[in-house]
Amino acid sequence: MATALKINGKTHQVDLPDDVPLLWVLRDEVGLTGTKFGCGVAACGACTVHIDGEAVRSCQVALSDVWGDVTTIEGLGTPDAMAAIQKAWVDHQVAQCGYCQSGQIMQAAALLAENSAPSDEDIDDAMQGNLCRCGTYPRIRAAIHDAASKLKEA
Amino acid sequence: MASIGKILRRTFLIGSAAIVGGVAFGAYYVTRPAANPLKPGKGETALSPFVLIDQQGVTLFAPRAEMGQGVMTTWAALIAEELDVELDDIRVLHGPAAAAYYNHALVGEGLPNKGYDVSDFQHNLGEALGVLGRTLSLQVTGGSTSMKDGFERMRMAGATARETLKQAAAERLGVDRAQLTTENGVVIAPDGTRIPYTELAEAAGQIEPPEVALRDPSEWRLLGKSLPRVDVLAKSTGTAEFGIDVRPQGLKFASVRMNPKLGGVMNSFDASAAETMPGVEKIVDLGTGVAVIANNTWLAIQAVEAIDVDWGDAPYPPDTDALSEHISKAFDDAPNSTMRDDGDVDVMPEGATEITADYTVPYLAHATMEPMNATALYTGDKLDLWCGNQAPTLIQMRVANTAGLETEAVDIHTTYLGGGFGRRGELDFGEIATKVAMAMPGTPVQTTWSREEDMRHDYYRPGAMARMRGAIKDGKAILIDGKVASQSPTQQAVKRYTGLSGGGPDKVLVEGFFNQPYAVPNYRMSGHIADLAVPVGFWRSVGNSHNGFFHETFLDEMAHAAGRDPLEFRLELAKPEFAPAAGCLEAVKEMSGWTGETPNAVGRGVAMTYSFGTPVAQVIEVVDEDGTIRINKAWIACDVGLALDPSTVEAQMIGGMIYGLSAATTGEITFSDGEVEQYNFPDYDALRMHNTPITEVRVLETNKHLGGVGEPGTPPSMPALGNALFDLTGERARSLPLNKQFNLLV
Repeated sequence: MATALKINGKTHQVDLPDDVPLLWVLRDEVGLTGTKFGCGVAACGACTVHIDGEAVRSCQVALSDVWGDVTTIEGLGTPDAMAAIQKAWVDHQVAQCGYCQSGQIMQAAALLAENSAPSDEDIDDAMQGNLCRCGTYPRIRAAIHDAASKLKEA
Repeated sequence: MASIGKILRRTFLIGSAAIVGGVAFGAYYVTRPAANPLKPGKGETALSPFVLIDQQGVTLFAPRAEMGQGVMTTWAALIAEELDVELDDIRVLHGPAAAAYYNHALVGEGLPNKGYDVSDFQHNLGEALGVLGRTLSLQVTGGSTSMKDGFERMRMAGATARETLKQAAAERLGVDRAQLTTENGVVIAPDGTRIPYTELAEAAGQIEPPEVALRDPSEWRLLGKSLPRVDVLAKSTGTAEFGIDVRPQGLKFASVRMNPKLGGVMNSFDASAAETMPGVEKIVDLGTGVAVIANNTWLAIQAVEAIDVDWGDAPYPPDTDALSEHISKAFDDAPNSTMRDDGDVDVMPEGATEITADYTVPYLAHATMEPMNATALYTGDKLDLWCGNQAPTLIQMRVANTAGLETEAVDIHTTYLGGGFGRRGELDFGEIATKVAMAMPGTPVQTTWSREEDMRHDYYRPGAMARMRGAIKDGKAILIDGKVASQSPTQQAVKRYTGLSGGGPDKVLVEGFFNQPYAVPNYRMSGHIADLAVPVGFWRSVGNSHNGFFHETFLDEMAHAAGRDPLEFRLELAKPEFAPAAGCLEAVKEMSGWTGETPNAVGRGVAMTYSFGTPVAQVIEVVDEDGTIRINKAWIACDVGLALDPSTVEAQMIGGMIYGLSAATTGEITFSDGEVEQYNFPDYDALRMHNTPITEVRVLETNKHLGGVGEPGTPPSMPALGNALFDLTGERARSLPLNKQFNLLV
C-alpha cells in the first residue's frame, strides 16, 4: 500500500515497506540525493532533514512513522535562491569534500529557527552530532554566527 | 644523461594535433603523443586535454580528484590565469580517465633525497623521472602533489591556448598578434574590437601553436589570492553529485558483504532467507563475498546481512596482540632501509646522557564520510563505471580486466569524492561494483557498502612501532638512532595494482623519520618491514602519520631531559639545517605567545614536521576542566613556498590537523578472531564541533620549492597534542590513542 509523504511542499505516493527509513525513501525512491547516507545509526548527522521544522536523523525514521511535512536540503533553498544559512556557507567557503554539509546546514537551520543568536556553547550543543571528517568545524561555526546576524538585520 | 634533458623538455612541451574541426593541445608521452581523451564533437575545438572551447563557452579540465582539498579550483585557476578567463564564467569538469593526465610529481617523490636539501639538479631529475608517471598512466591524486604537478604545465596550457586564439584573431583582423590583448574570454584589438574566444575557437584549431612565455607572478590576477571554490555552491545546496548520487535510468541498488577476516576465502553461503525479503531482485555470488541487488539500498543491506556465510580464516595472526608481536619481531631483521646515517651512532660521545624510548601506534581506518560505493553498467561489450576515485586510469585498467574488456571499452565517470584521504586510490569498490553489475547486464547497478562494511574492509594505516635512542650533551641533541617497524603499504599496493612484488628500500615507510630538518651530528634512521597480510594502504600523510609522532615525541623527551624549552631546543637544531622549518617554529612561538611557562591547569606542546615539501609547526594548548582535558587552542605555521590559494591552504592545514587529532584522541582499529572490532562511528569517532580547538594559521612563503598542503597538517598534530598532555600532567604519551591514558573530552 502506498504511503503519502509531503516533501518540500509536494506530495509523493511511496510504495515501499513501512520500515524503510525516510533517508532511503528520499534517496532511492523520490530521487532527492542531497540528503546523505553516512552511518545508518544516527551517529554522524549526514542524513539530517526537518520534519515539521524539527531536525531529525532520517536514517532512524521509518516510512510509516513520518509524522509531518518533510523538508530536505533541496527544499531549504536552491542555487538560484539560497536560504540565508546556505548563503553564509558559501560566503565562508565552508565545504571541503562537502558530503556532510547538507546535514550540517539542516542542523544549523533548525538551530537558528529556535535560537536567533546562538552562543558558541549553543553551537557546540546543537552541532556535535554532525560529523565532518574534513574538519570544517571552524568555518561552520563562523557561518552560523554570520547567518544569525544577517537574519537579525533582515 | 643527454636523454634526461630531452625528456625534461618534452615533459613541458605543449604541442598540437589536428582533429575534426580544430586542434588538440596536449602533453606528450616520452616518445609519442598521448591520445587526446576529449574526442571533441563537431564544431568544437579541443585546445588541449585541459581546455575546451565551443559555442557554449570555455570548459577547463581539472583531472585531479576533488575530495575536498580545493584542487579543482586551484587547478582551474592555473589555466585561467594565463588564458584570461574568469572562474565564474567557465565550467570546470573532472574529465575522463586518460594517460595524458598523468601525475609526474608523484613519481618524482620517490627519489632518495630528504626533500628540503634538494639541489636544482636533483629537482630537475625529479621532474624528469616524473615522465615515468605518464608511461605508467599514473593519473593519481595523492602525495600532496597536484600543485607541484600542475604549476608549470597548466599555466603553459593556458598561455598556449591564449596565444593561439590571439593568432586566430590576428589573422582575421590582419594585425600583428603582439598588438592584441585578452581579458575575460575575449581578444581585444587596438581599435577596441572585441572577439569572444568562442568565435575564434574553430579557426584556432587550424593554427600551429606559438611558443609562449609564462607571465611573471607580479602580473597574476588569480593565483596567490583566495578564490571562491568552484564547487562551493553545489556543496551548499545539496546539488553536488557524489558517486552515491548518480542515478542513471533504470538504476538498481545493491549492497555487499566480503569476508570480515580480511583476505580469507568464502567457504559457502545460504541465501534462502534473503531471497524472499522485500525488494530483493538478485543474490550475487562474488566468489569472495556476496551481494544483493534490490530496488532500494536499505532493503539490499537488510537482505545481504540476512545471508548466512561460512567464512574462511584470515591469512594473518588473529588478534591485535599477536599482530603487535609480529611487528616488533621485524626489529630483529636487517633493516629494509637506512636512508640517513650521519656521523657514528654506535659510539656514545663522552659526557653525553643517553635517552631511550619505545613508541607504538595502532592501525587506523580512513572513514571517509561517504561510504565506499560505485555504480556500473555492463552491456557485454562495454562498461561504464561511476565513482569518486583518486586513480581513474588504474581503476579503468582493473575493471576492464574484471569484465574481460579492453580498457578502451571502459568509461570511467569520476564524481566528487565524499572524502578520500587515500582510501579512494584503491580499486576494490570499483571492482566489486563491476562484478555485481555483470550479474545484471544492461541494467545499471549501484553497489553501496554499509558503514560497517566500509569500516571493517579498509586498507588501513598500518600499526607501527619505534625504538628510539638518543644522546644529549650540554643541552643539545648530539645523537639520534631510530628504528621504525610496520607493514609496508607501498609494497602491498604495488602488488595489488600490478601483481608484481615491490622490493627495494621503501622510502614511504621512513618518510618523516629520516628526513626531518634537524642538525644532529650523529643521526641514523632505519626502517623495518613487518611481513603481514593485513590490508594496508595510504592514509593521509602515510608514513609521516606515525613517524611524525615518533620523531617529535622523542625530540620532546630529549629536550626535557636536557632541561631545555622544547620549542627553543627544536629551533636551535632546525636553524642551521633548513631555514623555512625554523621560520615556522618562530612563527608559532610568536602567534601563541610561547614563553615556556603555562598557568595551572593549562598545558602546551609543540611539534614540527617536514612532509611533502612543506614544514609545518603546531602549538597545541590543552586545559584541565574539573578533571576532563579539552583541546582548547592550536596555532599552525606552514611554509608552502607559494600559497596559490591562501584560503585553501588554511582550510587544509586546519583540516589536516583535525584529521590527525581525531586519530590521536580516539582512533584505533583492533583485531579479534581475525576481524576488525570497530563497526561504525560510535566505535571509531573523530573530533566534533565541541572538542575542536580554536585555531589560527599563518602561511609563510620562503620555501624555495612549492610544497604540498593536503597532508602536511596531519603529522605534527599527534605529537603536539601528546607533548601538551605531558606539559599538563607530567605523563608522557608513548602510544596512541590518547584517550586510553588521559581523560579527554570526547
